[in-house]
Amino acid sequence: MNRDALLFVAVFLACAVEGVEAVTIVLATGLTRGWRSTWIGVASALATLAVIVALLGPALTALPIGVLRLVVGGLLLVFGLQWLRKAILRAAGLKARHDEAALFADEVRAAQVAGRAAEGLDPYGFAVSFKGVLLEGLEVAFIVVTFGSNQHNVPLAVLAAGAAIVLVVIAGALARAPLSRVPENTLKFAVGVLLTAFGTFWAVEGAGAHWPAGDGAIVALILVYLLTSLLLVAVGRPRTVAVSV
Amino acid sequence: MNPVRRVAAFLFDFIVGDDPLMFSVVCVGLAATGIVAALGVASWWLLPMSVLVALVVSVLRVRSRAETAE
Repeated sequence: MNRDALLFVAVFLACAVEGVEAVTIVLATGLTRGWRSTWIGVASALATLAVIVALLGPALTALPIGVLRLVVGGLLLVFGLQWLRKAILRAAGLKARHDEAALFADEVRAAQVAGRAAEGLDPYGFAVSFKGVLLEGLEVAFIVVTFGSNQHNVPLAVLAAGAAIVLVVIAGALARAPLSRVPENTLKFAVGVLLTAFGTFWAVEGAGAHWPAGDGAIVALILVYLLTSLLLVAVGRPRTVAVSV
Repeated sequence: MNPVRRVAAFLFDFIVGDDPLMFSVVCVGLAATGIVAALGVASWWLLPMSVLVALVVSVLRVRSRAETAE
């Protein structure tokens, strides 16, 4: 698998995960508070994200490649490592798993008790959908911009992100319920490994070192991080087992 | 919380995350990679090694805390 194909897979999976979380918030808000204000919130957040990507993408690609790889690779590495750490802790039972159905129920409960405006735009519906899409979307924008600029292929990263978002939105629209059957924790595990591997690869190149196997080092990094993570899931489980009565 | 503090807290959470030690180990590994590479010595292995050490230590610390809490 070449670097572009890996880039597509990494961005697609990362954006699908973030998309599922955003869809949960939007569905809970829209079904409870009405769709008009929710859609205005979603559209405003998407416009804000488009401006961020349009400004940051070209600005980053204008940087010298060494600086770009050092800074962006380093950021991608620490960001990916956080995802991977959380995924390992969840898989090992050291952290609660992400539960879209529970999140959906929480959002619906909060939306039901919030006050309503007499007429016009519903500030609660707007604010919750705007904030939800913007915050989840910022991670998507970060991944798109970092992968795209480092690989000098922002359009491919945007395409991968767009494909993931369209797929998740269609699934959410058809289900009209939280996408709790999406194996979100497993996807986050895979994305964490990919982001950490790409981040390491670019950061090392940016620091002035050279990989002995060239692009092949990315695959080697993915394998090493994956195996170590699986091992950590096995040894990370607490030795004392809680017994339910 | 004022807006500046809120943005700073968001950026800290976004970049550093839950484990500042893990973040620090990776930063030291990256700096060491650059310094050793500038001396003309192969240093590509330093960062992956730092990442693995940081990850293992971080997960085992959480496990240790969980076991102590039980």
